[in-house]
Amino acid sequence: MPGLSGRMSTVVKAKISKLLDRAEDPSETLEYSYQKQIELLQNVKKGIADVVTSKKRLQLQEEKLQQQVVKLDTQARQALSAGNEELARMALERKNVAQTELQSLDSQIGQLEQQQEQMTASEQKLRTKIEQFRSKKEVIKAQYSAAEAQVRISEAATGVGEEMADVGLAMQRALDKTENMKARADAVQELEAAGTFEDLTALGSGDDDIDRQLKQLSTTSEVDSDLAKMKAELGTGSAPAGQIGAGGSGAAGGSGASGAAAGSAAAEGSEGSEGAKEVTP
Amino acid sequence: MIVRISTEGQYELDESDVPTLNELDNAAVVACEAGDEEAFNTTFAKLLDLVRSEGTLVGDDHLGGSDAILPPPDSSMAEAKSGFNGEGLIPG
Repeated sequence: MPGLSGRMSTVVKAKISKLLDRAEDPSETLEYSYQKQIELLQNVKKGIADVVTSKKRLQLQEEKLQQQVVKLDTQARQALSAGNEELARMALERKNVAQTELQSLDSQIGQLEQQQEQMTASEQKLRTKIEQFRSKKEVIKAQYSAAEAQVRISEAATGVGEEMADVGLAMQRALDKTENMKARADAVQELEAAGTFEDLTALGSGDDDIDRQLKQLSTTSEVDSDLAKMKAELGTGSAPAGQIGAGGSGAAGGSGASGAAAGSAAAEGSEGSEGAKEVTP
Repeated sequence: MIVRISTEGQYELDESDVPTLNELDNAAVVACEAGDEEAFNTTFAKLLDLVRSEGTLVGDDHLGGSDAILPPPDSSMAEAKSGFNGEGLIPG
């Protein structure tokens, strides 16, 4: 098909160049080629191990973030039942940031899992081809004259060579993607280091960096709806934000059985409100 | 003929599919040269579809080269372009 090989040469590369055309000693070529194949197989295994390591790292971060989300949610509840809406809002904003990160981590972990599966399948395929090549090379060495062997080696090596190149390409693409994810994981870690997901009780220092990040990253509407939901659950929906003391006692009265718990939350809340004052411009 | 979809595998296609394959390939080249990403994506997807639906997956134990090699399915136009112009899609 001259049309195909001629015109396709731009989009579709017609036939891989024959790897071993110039080999002098066929059996030497066979052994060398086989060594190369085994080496590549080792590399593929290493590549898979890299992907698994990255995945584990992201999963660890995911766990940490999940804990933060629960913690911030609890803190928002405590602040709200103590009547400190400002503090509750801040906790929810942070929770929102953490949740957004969680979502992207989740999809990245999914992508890595796919990569891992694909590479494992590639490894299996290559292993089969190499095994095939190994048995074929013994036959070639035993049965054919040098000239004939040359032709057959070429054929076999082209098949394995193409497969090797393809696995190499797949691996490169997988590792490139993994690199991007590493960068992403590092970014999440930096956010963590900057205190974005930190405990609210540690807020006293009034870190400008945190405030800036919160403003950039939080989506107010989601926080508002979370806050409204929480208020409805706690039955403090109508408590004005300004009346911290009144709101706190109202919550204690409203929740009846958990009066003691609400009382202690109110005490924490008033501490928290001082913290909130320091960071609120 | 045997066509490889890079990073996916080799497919055995009937000679009667060659004209369609050729047509789509030409369209992909035109789209690529014109820098028309949308047209490229559509054509490339059709090309992949044709190979997958008309072709039969070649067994893992087959030792042989391909008559034609397609770029990886998730290739962007830019990636495909750089692949075509340089050493070829799969470095020999």
